[in-house]
Amino acid sequence: MKKIAKKHSLAIRWFHWVNFPILLVMIWSGLLIYWANDVYRIGWGKTTILKFFPDSFYKALHVPFRLAEGMSLHFVFMWLFAINGLLYFLYLLFSKEYKLIFPNRHSLKEGWLVLLHDLHLRKGLPPQKKYNAAQRLAYTGVIVMGFLMLLTGLAIYKPAQLNFLCSILGGYEWARAEHFIITLLFVLFFFVHIIQVIIAGWNNFQSMITGFDVLPAPDKTTEISVPDQSPVSNS
Amino acid sequence: MIATEKDITPAQWKRRSVLSFAVFILFLLLCFAGWNWLKKQPTEAGAIKPLRTVLNTNENIFYSLFNPGRLAQTYPKQFAVPRVRVNGDAGLGTDFDASTWRLKLIKAPGDTLFISLDEIKKLPKTDVIFDFKCIEGWSQVTHWSGVKFSDFVKHYGLDAQMALRFTGMETPDGEYYVGLDNKSMLQPQTILCYEMNGAALPLNQGFPLRLIIPVKYGVKHLKRIGTIAFSDDRPRDYWYERGYDYYCGL
Repeated sequence: MKKIAKKHSLAIRWFHWVNFPILLVMIWSGLLIYWANDVYRIGWGKTTILKFFPDSFYKALHVPFRLAEGMSLHFVFMWLFAINGLLYFLYLLFSKEYKLIFPNRHSLKEGWLVLLHDLHLRKGLPPQKKYNAAQRLAYTGVIVMGFLMLLTGLAIYKPAQLNFLCSILGGYEWARAEHFIITLLFVLFFFVHIIQVIIAGWNNFQSMITGFDVLPAPDKTTEISVPDQSPVSNS
Repeated sequence: MIATEKDITPAQWKRRSVLSFAVFILFLLLCFAGWNWLKKQPTEAGAIKPLRTVLNTNENIFYSLFNPGRLAQTYPKQFAVPRVRVNGDAGLGTDFDASTWRLKLIKAPGDTLFISLDEIKKLPKTDVIFDFKCIEGWSQVTHWSGVKFSDFVKHYGLDAQMALRFTGMETPDGEYYVGLDNKSMLQPQTILCYEMNGAALPLNQGFPLRLIIPVKYGVKHLKRIGTIAFSDDRPRDYWYERGYDYYCGL
């Protein structure tokens, strides 16, 4: 016999995997749009450490001169991104699964301990439920980022009709920069997520598809050794 | 941690996980096939047809939600840049003769007015200092003056025309042309503009008369207006034909 345990509900798995291609199209089309005014960089004065993005990067991905295509994709898939994200959020609330994901008062401190553990600077993890504290922070973080994505996106999509929203985000240019920075954070999240999934191994990955964790088989040697214990040492 | 543990035979588990993975792989294949299908669809006005359909739906949604009372952010005069970016010259051919220019206002077939710049300048003057937004993604606070389109409508008795859905504008040479919904045209910041930074419009900014419509991207701010006409169907639009959204509303 195999022992399995329910880990991810069907709804969570669908929301997760549906979001993946949608987010991919949103980031790709966003890049096509961004190219037309690619002003962001890391640097000061005339010194640039990193330009977003280098010409070689655009060239390799065939990005240049596709603004119209990018906008048409972006303003179609935005609906799917928003709907899937909102349904996911509502599902978390109504199923009470948010209790497993939203951080609690220990999460900040424990999240730090998890980070130290993952960087091999500390042994042992704090006790956890479905997700450890770092996961809670990260997974709640992407939900917040998703909302910010919608808000900053709306602010630059309809800056006059949503003048108020646009101003509280710091104005049109800031809203655009925020939209861009959150995209970078999404990409960063994506890479860390992939690395963590690879490190966590097959059983963890397959649970996002099957919904179940396969629990380790009971250790046969200890099972056998238990009745074998004779009171020899008492003599 | 575990709410529902259960025992299962290896065969049952195998059946279950094979099924899950089959659905998963099918889903990925469908996404991939869907993307390829989308890419192969014919285009309509330069945009992939299914995407164009959604863009048109977006237009209907945001057009019906449009509130002319919500203004584009305005700024004090000192925020306006002295050097205004010039981004397009379509429709601004070099052989333009300003002395013979008249605004051709087609009120209806057979009912056309030719209006001089001096006549337009006699109408009340409105200043608009706003963050001009290019569809490319940059923006610039700029200062424009001219006659509010709603004042122009009042003066020339265009109420019947405004009951139609669209206004169409073209350059004198017909090389550049835009279509605009009349709700946006009547928004109080929309002006027929003849001054930039308090001086006559430069040639490359559309002298003698251009459109400034802060609730639209720059592509709609047609330079050097030759003709104005009205219709219920979409007037032709230069960038729409090249794959962009028709509405371009902000």
